Amino acid sequence: MNTTPLPISFLKRMLAVCLLLALLLMISAFLGLSIGSAGQNMKQVLAVLFGHGERDPTTANILWRIRLPRVFLAALVGSTLSLGGLVFQALLRNSLAEPYILGISGGSAVGAITGILLGLSRFPGVASLAFAGSMLTLFPVLAVGSGRAAMRKDALVLAGVMVNAFCSSAIMFLLSLTQDSRLHNILFWLMGDLSLSDPNQVLVLALTLFPCFALLFLLARPMNLLLMGEDTAANLGVNVRLISIVLLVVTSFMVSATVCHSGLLGFVGLVMPHLLRLSFGPDHRLLVPACILGGGAYLVLCDLLSRSLPAQGEMPVGVITAMIGAPLFIFLLQRSKP
Amino acid sequence: MKPALVVQDLDHSYGQRHILDRVSFSVDQGEFFIVLGPNGSGKTTLIKAASGAVRAQKGLVEILGHPLRTYSGRALARTIAVVPQSAPPDIPFTVAEVVLMGRSPHLGLLGLERRRDRDIARQAMSFTHVEHLAERKLDELSAGERQRALLARAVCQQPRIIVLDEPTASLDPAHQVHIMDLMEGLRREEGITVVMVSHDLNLAALYADRLLLLKEGRVVSLGTPAEVLVFETLERAYGCVLLVDENPLKKVPRVTVVPENLLTGHTKSSRAMGKGPGGSP
Repeated sequence: MNTTPLPISFLKRMLAVCLLLALLLMISAFLGLSIGSAGQNMKQVLAVLFGHGERDPTTANILWRIRLPRVFLAALVGSTLSLGGLVFQALLRNSLAEPYILGISGGSAVGAITGILLGLSRFPGVASLAFAGSMLTLFPVLAVGSGRAAMRKDALVLAGVMVNAFCSSAIMFLLSLTQDSRLHNILFWLMGDLSLSDPNQVLVLALTLFPCFALLFLLARPMNLLLMGEDTAANLGVNVRLISIVLLVVTSFMVSATVCHSGLLGFVGLVMPHLLRLSFGPDHRLLVPACILGGGAYLVLCDLLSRSLPAQGEMPVGVITAMIGAPLFIFLLQRSKP
Repeated sequence: MKPALVVQDLDHSYGQRHILDRVSFSVDQGEFFIVLGPNGSGKTTLIKAASGAVRAQKGLVEILGHPLRTYSGRALARTIAVVPQSAPPDIPFTVAEVVLMGRSPHLGLLGLERRRDRDIARQAMSFTHVEHLAERKLDELSAGERQRALLARAVCQQPRIIVLDEPTASLDPAHQVHIMDLMEGLRREEGITVVMVSHDLNLAALYADRLLLLKEGRVVSLGTPAEVLVFETLERAYGCVLLVDENPLKKVPRVTVVPENLLTGHTKSSRAMGKGPGGSP
């Protein structure tokens, strides 16, 4: 009797989307591995990657020691920031929310710089200060996001602008206290930089982030239910308060971990979730894996641009992500309902 | 048979404001129970406390014979479905996706629906007549369609009790009757207990087995429509004159509002003595 089609099996859709995006990530990674200042030709790269023909030891060294960690780091950071945007957009019901815009990244940076200037080791010293910084910036965000101003979408963004302004001054203050050679490095890192990718540290970062990815995937369904309103979510068996806190803490933790490695990369969490939502719909069970794969591919490609566009040297990848993301932000702001 | 819902000496206040004041009642399984009362009388808080969304400061709530606090969030969700007064206007999902969410408390850790869950969702959609809207986005629907979609989500939850907060507000008469008929059908065919908050005294009289009339957090009257919808009681609760006679369709009271310029001597004097409209502060 019933002919109305219900959505096709969710698993099939998820598999299709994941395969598509995994392919995209692999192609981006391959391009990221093949193109670089050392200028190997594709044939040599293929030979090293797939182990046939004549392998050039120099090429192999560059690929495995320099480019692979960098591509891997770019993918990890891209995934994390996209997920960060996705989570904040769902939790705050605001399409403009994103770790950088809300000031979460800025808070982490203040913490990280404090750690660097105190001469702490990157892990756990700098990382825990970065995490503490991101947690501190959560308070103004949540105060605005849950208060009377929550009705106004721009209030949250304004709060983020102010948090960012405060963090920038704090960073400038800290930098003005230092005179040594670290200054240039810190400034370059602040703009979003993936060039300092030590293989071991990238591996540690990956081992830190993968459990977070898995946790967010398990929380994808509650995230869907939260979009139905807190009352309905609670009635469907979601512990709203607990889930919200876990989401916020895990996301801030992930973002602060990536900020330690790659500095401030803006708008990645804005571009990818919107693009993926537009393509695959609002279901977070699909969007979480899509953000992991697609966000990774996106930042690998951005990094490739930042390496290959300048005639000499390279520019921070944050320049590219901001140049793509900021206009999109303006567009979304103009379109968003009051 | 154990009562579906027992509420005993429920007390609740927000800061200085007393919202519920020793409210007690019980609802039998399969009963159609409607809570009435002026704005700000505590109706919404009462059903939130009774369905576990708000923890009352004092008093006891029992659902199907077990204290509310012994239920886990998911077990409660399989027992009571709540249709809140308002859902966010910007829900991005389609009707089918929203209805399927009703299966959440029945699913495993990964939250993947099986064929059976999709069948139940389809039945729920066909029950509230939204099957043809399955692929439409929720924010594209009219108010009546939207309310039926949200209702289908609650039905899909397969609860023993369904709680609705003013489900017919802002709907035209045809849609109001439709929603009430759906709830009546759910009660008759599935034996589901229906607990509803309403402002519509006449709809309440026509559909409810029993009514609870609330004012300033206290029970003013509890009983059948004929027992509760009495001139003096209504005047006490709402602080205005409401004409009560018999509904020509069914032997239940019919309530008519009386505009200011039609008030006669007796009623006017009672207002002049300071019994003006009250209820909300």
